[in-house]
Amino acid sequence: MPMTPTDMVHIDVGAILQSALRGTRSDLVTRATGRTVRDRIEERMASGQRGAVAVIDFSRVGLLDFSCADEIVATLMRRCCAGMSSEHYLLFDGITDAHLDAIEHVLQHHRLALVVRFTDLGGHRLVGMVDESERVVWEAVARGQRVTATEVAAETGLSEEDAVIHLLALHRRRLVMRDGPVFRAPLGAIA
Amino acid sequence: MTAVISVPEELNEKTFEAVIEQVGAQPADAALLVDARHTTFGTPFAITSLLCLAQSRSVKPAFAIPETHSTATYWARAGFFHFAEDLFELHGKPPSLRSRTDSDVWLPITSIARSEDVHSVVERIQDRAEAILENELKADPRMIGRFAMTLSESCQNIVEHAGRGGWVMVQSYTWRPLGRRVVQIAVADAGVGFRESLAPTHARRFGDRWSDGRALEEAVVKGQSRFTDPGRGQGFAGIKRFLSQWEGKIAVRSGTARIAIVPTWDSDVPLREGLSSFPGAQVLIVIPGRNA
Repeated sequence: MPMTPTDMVHIDVGAILQSALRGTRSDLVTRATGRTVRDRIEERMASGQRGAVAVIDFSRVGLLDFSCADEIVATLMRRCCAGMSSEHYLLFDGITDAHLDAIEHVLQHHRLALVVRFTDLGGHRLVGMVDESERVVWEAVARGQRVTATEVAAETGLSEEDAVIHLLALHRRRLVMRDGPVFRAPLGAIA
Repeated sequence: MTAVISVPEELNEKTFEAVIEQVGAQPADAALLVDARHTTFGTPFAITSLLCLAQSRSVKPAFAIPETHSTATYWARAGFFHFAEDLFELHGKPPSLRSRTDSDVWLPITSIARSEDVHSVVERIQDRAEAILENELKADPRMIGRFAMTLSESCQNIVEHAGRGGWVMVQSYTWRPLGRRVVQIAVADAGVGFRESLAPTHARRFGDRWSDGRALEEAVVKGQSRFTDPGRGQGFAGIKRFLSQWEGKIAVRSGTARIAIVPTWDSDVPLREGLSSFPGAQVLIVIPGRNA
């Protein structure tokens, strides 16, 4: 079955923050603020189709503290993995080194990983808890855009069986999208 | 009859224990005169804790302000009298200030009761922190965000757990035993304290062994929270992570116990129990500057 075009929902976290606090705040701090902002992000995500990529854009966010990183980043990702918000994929965009301090901390706590795009570096990367084989497989998928397990195995040197195991694990963790035998990374761009 | 509480000449987290002991010896509804006339120095931890003392009393205590002009002026710049005027019957006239600015006071005593207050504090501290952290403490620029996060998480302890408002203050000064500039963050409240806050979710496991000290160990050392949500308790974990990178110190006093994560440059005691009871929680964070 051919893969349908990706439905992408762009969510500007800075704009949500300002609207939620009725002001000009740019720092995502406190658990209460995190909960409010996450609720609004989830409302926006709900408008996307099944299998949509939600681009959670932090480029207008200043400081991100641990509580907000947990309430927003970790909770969204946990719910995605649990399928609580149907089949959604997340790309965390506009991430800076300053955001990464809190994000990596909460990902480690929950044993999660995310796909991020950095403001400075531009490229996509996996951050959080992933082992080396998963990272190698994910990078092969990201490079290939639409790939099968056979192609991943050929590129990485893994056996096809191991490639399938890693691809399915990455899919369960919502780090790659799957359409039958074809896999791709949620990079926020229509392949 | 009014009981006189003598405030030590040098008021810091150690000597404040003498104040607590004197207050603890009085009935809860006793009239108190907190006599700070001979006090010449007060750390942020100690002067925010004085506000907690007043907040916790059913009868508004009297307060004799420091006689040394420079001390009274500094306390005024730190914002102490702004809150003390409501919480104490002041004996003596606080100095009037031409300017509220003091280069050592990064953040004057600021009331924390709601999430919005934490936002304001974080915004204000970032404006000042950049120049001072780099110039005075020779800190890595990345430290600015981490410092603000540490402050945010410390203040949230009040919003999430205290059950009533508290205060925060940030100041830099030369730590004599270390011979270096340090930044001190003090976050104090007279709320329910760690033991009561954590009791519904943790006390049962410990039975008779549940105490202030045990509650502090659970929260500060093990990162436990009163909430069952698996993401909770990361504030202290994050603070400790940053403090270990900076060789910083954190100490938390609550009820009858005090716990400290002690860096190599300090000789504090990791856990003290059986202290005189004091309500709420008082957090002390000390971040030393790098050698130039």
